[in-house]
Amino acid sequence: MRLAEAWRVALGALRANRLRSALTMLGVLIGVAAVVALVAIGTGTREEVESQVEGLGSNLLLVFPGEAGVGAAPAVSRLSLADVDAVVRVVGDRERVAVQVTSGETVRADTASRFTSVLGVLDTTPQVFTRDLSRGTYLTRTDVDTSRRVAVLGSTVAEDLFADRDPIGRQVTIAGVRFRVVGVFAPVGGQGFGVDRDAQVHIPVTTAQRLLGTDRIDALAVRAPDLDTIDELGERIVATLSERHPDSEFSAVTQEEIIGVLGDILGILTWVLAAIAGISLLVGGVGVSNIMLVSVRERVREIGLRKAVGARPRDIGLQFLLEAVLLTTLGGLLGIALGVGGSLLAAAYSPVPATITWWSIALAFGVSAAVGVAFGVVPALRAGRLDPVVALRSE
Amino acid sequence: MLVEAEELTRVYAMGDTVVEALRGVSLRIASGDYLALVGPSGSGKSTLMHLLGGLDRPSSGRLVIDGQDVASLNRNQLARLRNTAIGFVFQSFHLLPRTSAVENVALPLVYRGVPARTRRQRAAAMLGQVGLAHRLDHRPSQLSGGEQQRVAIARALVTGPSVVLADEPTGNLDSATGQAVLHLLEQQGAASGAALVLVTHDHEVAGRAHRQVMLRDGLVVS
Repeated sequence: MRLAEAWRVALGALRANRLRSALTMLGVLIGVAAVVALVAIGTGTREEVESQVEGLGSNLLLVFPGEAGVGAAPAVSRLSLADVDAVVRVVGDRERVAVQVTSGETVRADTASRFTSVLGVLDTTPQVFTRDLSRGTYLTRTDVDTSRRVAVLGSTVAEDLFADRDPIGRQVTIAGVRFRVVGVFAPVGGQGFGVDRDAQVHIPVTTAQRLLGTDRIDALAVRAPDLDTIDELGERIVATLSERHPDSEFSAVTQEEIIGVLGDILGILTWVLAAIAGISLLVGGVGVSNIMLVSVRERVREIGLRKAVGARPRDIGLQFLLEAVLLTTLGGLLGIALGVGGSLLAAAYSPVPATITWWSIALAFGVSAAVGVAFGVVPALRAGRLDPVVALRSE
Repeated sequence: MLVEAEELTRVYAMGDTVVEALRGVSLRIASGDYLALVGPSGSGKSTLMHLLGGLDRPSSGRLVIDGQDVASLNRNQLARLRNTAIGFVFQSFHLLPRTSAVENVALPLVYRGVPARTRRQRAAAMLGQVGLAHRLDHRPSQLSGGEQQRVAIARALVTGPSVVLADEPTGNLDSATGQAVLHLLEQQGAASGAALVLVTHDHEVAGRAHRQVMLRDGLVVS
């Protein structure tokens, strides 16, 4: 029997049992849609996180207390502004060093208020991290040196507190203390690993330390002059800090290392998601197998007749195998459509990022066809091996 | 000689008991023969028909159909033999539902690799010969019993077989229709030069054959 003929017969058999075929397909459809959508979300998340880290600026070196590594417990910082001065001496350029003290605080303006993260920083922040202002000016060195109560607002904070009004020169209170708004950041968008940079408020680090009643620094970032010396610079900074705090550990990681580690984690996460979705695809395959066995049993007489007029075992086997493959590939195509559609909708109307990858579509289609073969082969063999005498006799 | 059967036996193992359906049957059928296999149920006539039709292989004995030794054929070769040398007509018609008359008739040609257009032409011509030129695209459920059996006859003859095996071809039809169908079978069989083997327990039907082979308890008694 020619292949084209076998396809026609298989399609006819599926049409004859429309509802059953549709329900069987649904199992595969859901599995494939889940694979495509979850891989898209995983990939999208990974790309967004990577672009966020890249968006921080290039040649970045992040210095923090404790050990670097996924799952390492956050260490209590013993860094102070004096340590920052020491790091500045190592780097040789104050403009390349940024610090951060972070605290969650309620920020108020007139009747509007918002709880958000308030960062105590140096005036060098825009030079170290890539950060643009939409209005006003950033903090100055004098603001830091004299602990002025001035603030630069993130774009969403400015919007929440002042709506359409220009915030520059207006008052906000942070933890009950009055600040004057001097600038507003341009929006950067996105939400990488839980940090919404558009919701931050920057104030001078000296002011922040006074506000929080502390002299600690949470983190330190350095923009290295070039990538070739970045590792060596990191080692020198860690050595200097370790000298100053012999009983503490410090780590310096480059932006590339962070992207690498995050990328690896999210890559694994994507595969895990795909594997979980793959399980539902397998369940769909079991459904196909089941229905094909029922179909073989129902059509014993047809098989017997076909054999009587000259069908070989492999003609019959092929007919049922193609039926199973047709079920899963049609289900697979519809599943891909649903998965792609769902991912695009999610990306457009929710904060969930999703990037469609061709390999995930090709994989899902290939797997659904393979599921058809794998789960169709047993029913097909059974049909092919039926004894024509027994088959013809069945009523 | 078209069919040569010598000392055929067919033994089935059903659990612990062994059933001897055929216990040494010898038979020769020549081209153009018109033969009736008769006998009470359980006599082995159906088993013999399955062997003669290449649907089954004998447990022992020699069976040559159209020059091919059935014992030496594998399942694919046996399928080919059925496709080229044998035409079946069954009591219950065995037409595929949801499939038009012309496609039912064309089915054996599908397994012979005949292109679709040629298949349809040949099947339609064959349906014309059995008087169903106006029923080509009707489905079995839209045809009467006699018409369905005529479709089945067309299917059996479309490949130009050497032997046509008809298993109680009138069993599901009223006597007038049965007569007509039988007459058609004889006429078309004779026209094609094929040997016609009727399996029946109806003496009136058997009486029309040129030769009767009577089976009882797995043996030829006359």
